[in-house]
Amino acid sequence: MRRSVPVLSGLRPLGLAALITASTALSSLAQESTDPIKLTLHDWTGQLITTQLMGEVLKKAGYSVEYVQADYLAQFPGLESGDLHVAMEIWETTGREAMDASVATGNVEILGPTGMQAKEEWWYPTYMKELCPGLPNWEALKDPACAEAFSTAETAPKGRYLGGPVTWGGFDEERVEALDLPFEVIHAGTDAALFAELESAYQRKAPVLLWIYAPHWAPAKYEGEWVEFPTYSVECYNDPAVGVNPDMAYDCGKPFGDIWKVGWAGLKDKWPGAHKAITAFSIDNAEMGQMITEVDLNGKTIEAVVADWMAANEARWSAWIAG
Amino acid sequence: MTAIPTTPGSRGLLAPRLVWGLALSLAAALWLWGQTLAPFAFDYPKAWQIPAARWIGGFITWLVKEAAIGPLAFSDVTRFLAWLIDLPYRAVLSLLATGMLSGEGSSAVQLWPPLPWLAVIGLFALIGLFAGGLPLALTVSACMGFVAVFGQWQSAMVTLASIIVAVPIGVLGGLLLGILAWRVPLVDRLLKPLLDLMQTMPVFAYLVPILILFGFGPTAAIVATLIYAMPPMTRITTLALQRVPSEIHDLGRMVGCTPRQMTWRVLVPAAREPLMVGVNQVIMLSLNMVIIASMIGAGGLGFDVLNALRRLDFGAGIEAGFAIVALAIALDRLSQALARRARGALPQGGALQRHPYLAAALALVAVTWVLGLILPAIQTYPEAARLSTSPFWAAAVEWINLTFFDTLEAIKNAILIGILVPVKRFMLSLPWVAVVALLGLAGWRLGGWRLAALTAALSFLIAATGQWEKAMITVYLCGVSTLIAMAIGLPIGIAVANRDRAWTITRLVIDTLQTLPSFVYLMPVVMLFRVGDFTAMIAVVAYAVVAAIRYTALGLQGVDPRLIEAGRAMGCTDWQILTRIRLRLALPEILLGLNQTIMFALSMLVITALVGTRDLGQDVYIALTKANPGNGLVAGLAIACIAIIADRLIHAAAETQRARLGLSGHAP
Repeated sequence: MRRSVPVLSGLRPLGLAALITASTALSSLAQESTDPIKLTLHDWTGQLITTQLMGEVLKKAGYSVEYVQADYLAQFPGLESGDLHVAMEIWETTGREAMDASVATGNVEILGPTGMQAKEEWWYPTYMKELCPGLPNWEALKDPACAEAFSTAETAPKGRYLGGPVTWGGFDEERVEALDLPFEVIHAGTDAALFAELESAYQRKAPVLLWIYAPHWAPAKYEGEWVEFPTYSVECYNDPAVGVNPDMAYDCGKPFGDIWKVGWAGLKDKWPGAHKAITAFSIDNAEMGQMITEVDLNGKTIEAVVADWMAANEARWSAWIAG
Repeated sequence: MTAIPTTPGSRGLLAPRLVWGLALSLAAALWLWGQTLAPFAFDYPKAWQIPAARWIGGFITWLVKEAAIGPLAFSDVTRFLAWLIDLPYRAVLSLLATGMLSGEGSSAVQLWPPLPWLAVIGLFALIGLFAGGLPLALTVSACMGFVAVFGQWQSAMVTLASIIVAVPIGVLGGLLLGILAWRVPLVDRLLKPLLDLMQTMPVFAYLVPILILFGFGPTAAIVATLIYAMPPMTRITTLALQRVPSEIHDLGRMVGCTPRQMTWRVLVPAAREPLMVGVNQVIMLSLNMVIIASMIGAGGLGFDVLNALRRLDFGAGIEAGFAIVALAIALDRLSQALARRARGALPQGGALQRHPYLAAALALVAVTWVLGLILPAIQTYPEAARLSTSPFWAAAVEWINLTFFDTLEAIKNAILIGILVPVKRFMLSLPWVAVVALLGLAGWRLGGWRLAALTAALSFLIAATGQWEKAMITVYLCGVSTLIAMAIGLPIGIAVANRDRAWTITRLVIDTLQTLPSFVYLMPVVMLFRVGDFTAMIAVVAYAVVAAIRYTALGLQGVDPRLIEAGRAMGCTDWQILTRIRLRLALPEILLGLNQTIMFALSMLVITALVGTRDLGQDVYIALTKANPGNGLVAGLAIACIAIIADRLIHAAAETQRARLGLSGHAP
C-alpha cells in the first residue's frame, strides 16, 4: 500500500525520514496517511484534557496520534509550516489576534468552536461582600469606602485591581476610566502570578479583586463571584455614544467568547476523516469544569479523567468518527 | 547605573575633575531648566524615529520566505540542519526515554525498552569512579537517585537527551569558531560583537524566526540552546590558545608539526584546562535554557515546572526544579573530574583488563536489561516508592504567608517608597541628550575616542528607535538590583574566600541558585510580595548575586600570599591588609564580577516580564505573543546595547586599574 504524502511535507527532510520508515497497514482508513497527527499540549489543565480527549477519540478511529508540548502563542509558526497539526483551545479572548494573523497566511484554518465559552471578568472572593455590600453590581465599586477596602499602600485611597498580563488585552484601563471607577489597574505578568496573588489573599482573607477566567479550577476552589458590569456589546466597545457613559467606549463588561479549534490547512487532505472528527468535537463548560476540578483539586490523573469521560459518552464520540 | 564612574585612571590631576564637573553641571542645568527650552531633549521626537522594527521585521520575512543560496532556499538549508540534529537526538531519546520504537506517534510499537533507571545510575557511577574515584561516584549516584526518588525520572531523561546532544555540538562548534578566530584576526573582530549579541539578546526575541526556520520541536529548542550556550566556549578557546606559552609553540615547530598537527596535537591539548571551563559553561547554560526550551516543544523537566506552577503546586515545581539542579551538578562534577584526570600508563593484558570500566558498563547494561524484562521495578522506578514533598511546601508557604505577610509588606513598602520609586522617577526624568553625552564622555575618559563613539552611538540608537522610556526602566531595575547584589555578594565573597569549608558550601548554594529555574521561587515570592517591581527585583538579585560572590572570591583567592605576608611584616592590621592589599589587588576580578552581575541581571529581564514589570523585557515578551519578530528583535537589541555599553565601560575601567597596579601581564 502506498501512502499519499502531500507535496508540502515531501519537501521537508522530516517528511523524507517518515517515508523511509515502514508503513503499517490500517484497515478502515486505507487512503489516509499513517503519519502521526500532532496535537499541541499547553500548560493548563483544561487544555490538556481537551487535547487528550480528542487524541483518544482519534486513536479509536485508528489514527496515530502524537502530543507535542508547545507554547500557546509560539505554536502558530509550527501550525503554519505543518510541523504541528492541531491546537485544541484557542480562546477568542486571548488568542484571537495571533489566530487571525495565522489564518491570514492561508496555512492555518479554524476547525470550528469547541462548544466551550470563555468567560473573563473582574472577580472577588465572597468574604469581600461584607466590606462592599452592593456587590456584585458594579456600581458598588464606585463607593469610595468600597474602593478603599480593595486598596493597598501603593494605590490608596484608590482600590487595586489586578489585571491579566498585558498580552491578554482586555481594556481594563479604558473600562476604569469610562465607568469612572476609583481603581488602579496593575498587570500580572503571567496567569501563574495572578493565581499566586489570589491564593495568598484567600489564605489571609485579605481583599483582592482580579481578572479570573473560566473554565478554570479557581472558581471551583475559591468561593467568589464575578462583578456584574453592563452587558457587553460590539457597539459598546466601538461607539462612545452607546452605554452608561455617552462620551467613552468600553463602558461595559468583557465579552464572552468561543474557544476555537485550529489546525494546519493541510490536515483535510492528509487525514480527511480526522479533519471531520476534530471539526465535530464539542463539549460544554459544565463538563469541562467538572473534569478540571477532578484533576486539579481531587488529584486524579488526566488519563483517568479522560478514560471516564470516554466510557460515559461513547455514543457521542462514536458519532464524531462515524462515516 | 547612572553612568558616572568616579576617578578614572589619573589621580590628582585637575583636568579630568574639571571636565566631569563641567559636563555634570551642564547636564544638571539641562535637566532642571531644559524642559521648556528644549523638549526634544527629553522626549525623542516621533518624526525622527528610525523605523527599525519595520526594517528588521521585513528582513526576517525575506529570510524565511525568499532568501536562497543558489537554488536552495535558506529555510531548506536550516530544515536540513534540523534533520541532522534530529538524528542523534532521536537515538539518544530512544535509548534513555522512549525505547526503540517502530512507527510513529500512538501507533508505534516498542521493540525494545529504554535503558533501565538502575543502569543509567550505574553508568553515571562508573563514569564517576573512572574520573574521580569513589567520592565522585557517590555524589553522582546521589544526584541521579534524587531524580528517581522524586518521580522525575522520565522527564529528566528527556531533558538529559537534549543536553547530551546540545553539549557536544556546542563544544565542538565553539572550539572550531574559537580556533578560527584565533587564526584569522578579521574573524575575531567580526565575531566579538556577534557573540555579545548571542549572549545578551533575550531568547524570546529570536524564538519565532527559529521556530519557522528549524521547525517546531526539540530541534528548534536545541538550536536556541546552542545560540545561548556556545559563546563562552568560543571566547574561552580563543583566549586559551592565545595564552599557550611560546615555549610550546617553539617545541611544536622544532619537531616539525604541520599547522594541523600544531593545532590539534599540541595547542589544544596544552590548553585543556581552560577549555574544560568552557565545557562546564556550555553544560550550565544549556541547563539554564531548559524552561524556555520546553515552551517550544522540548518537553522534559521544564514543562513539568511550568505546568506545576500553573496549578500553584509549588512542591511539584520545586521537585522538578531541583531535579534540574541535580542533573547540572552531576554533569558539572563529572566534566570537571574528567578534565583533571591525568593520563596514566595504559594497562596491559587482554581486552577485559585494558578496559575494565567499559566491560563493567556493558555487563551492567546487559544484566539490568534482562532483569528488567522479568522485574518491572528494575526497568522503571516503582510508583509506590516515590516521595512527594508537595503538601509540605504548600503548608510552608501558607504558614509564612499567614505569619509574616504584614511584616514583609511593611519592609516592602519602605523599600519601594524609599528607594525604588524615587530612583525610577529620577531615571525617567533624565533628558536623553544628556545621558548620551555623559556616556560618550565616560567612554572617552576610560578608553579614548573609539569607546566614546561606541557608547554614544549605541545609547543614541536606543533613543532613536523610540525605546528610551522602557530602556530607562530597564536600567533602573537592573541598576538597583546590581547594586543590591554587589552589596550582598561582596561581603559574602570576602568572608568565604579564604575559608575552604565555607567556600565549598557557598559554591553549592550559588551553583544551585544559578541552575534552579527562577520560576520555581518566583511564584511563592509573588504570594508574599504581590506582582510588581519589588518581586522582580528579588528575582534579579537572587540570580545576579551568584556572579558577585563567585568573582569576588576568585579574585581574593588569587592574591599572591607573599604580598599579604609582606603587609603583615610591615605591621598592617587585618583591616588594612583587606582594604589596602587584598581588595586592591583583586579589584580587576571584582570589576569583572560587577560586569557579570550586570549581564546576569539583564538576562533575567525576560523572567521579570512574567511578573509584570514594564521594561524592555516585557516588549520582547509582547512581541513574542503577537508573533511580531521585528518588535521583539529591536527590543532585544536595545537590551544588548545596554549590556555592551556597560561591558565596555567596565572593561576599560578594569584595564585602567590593571595598568595602574602593574598587573597587565596576567589578565584572567
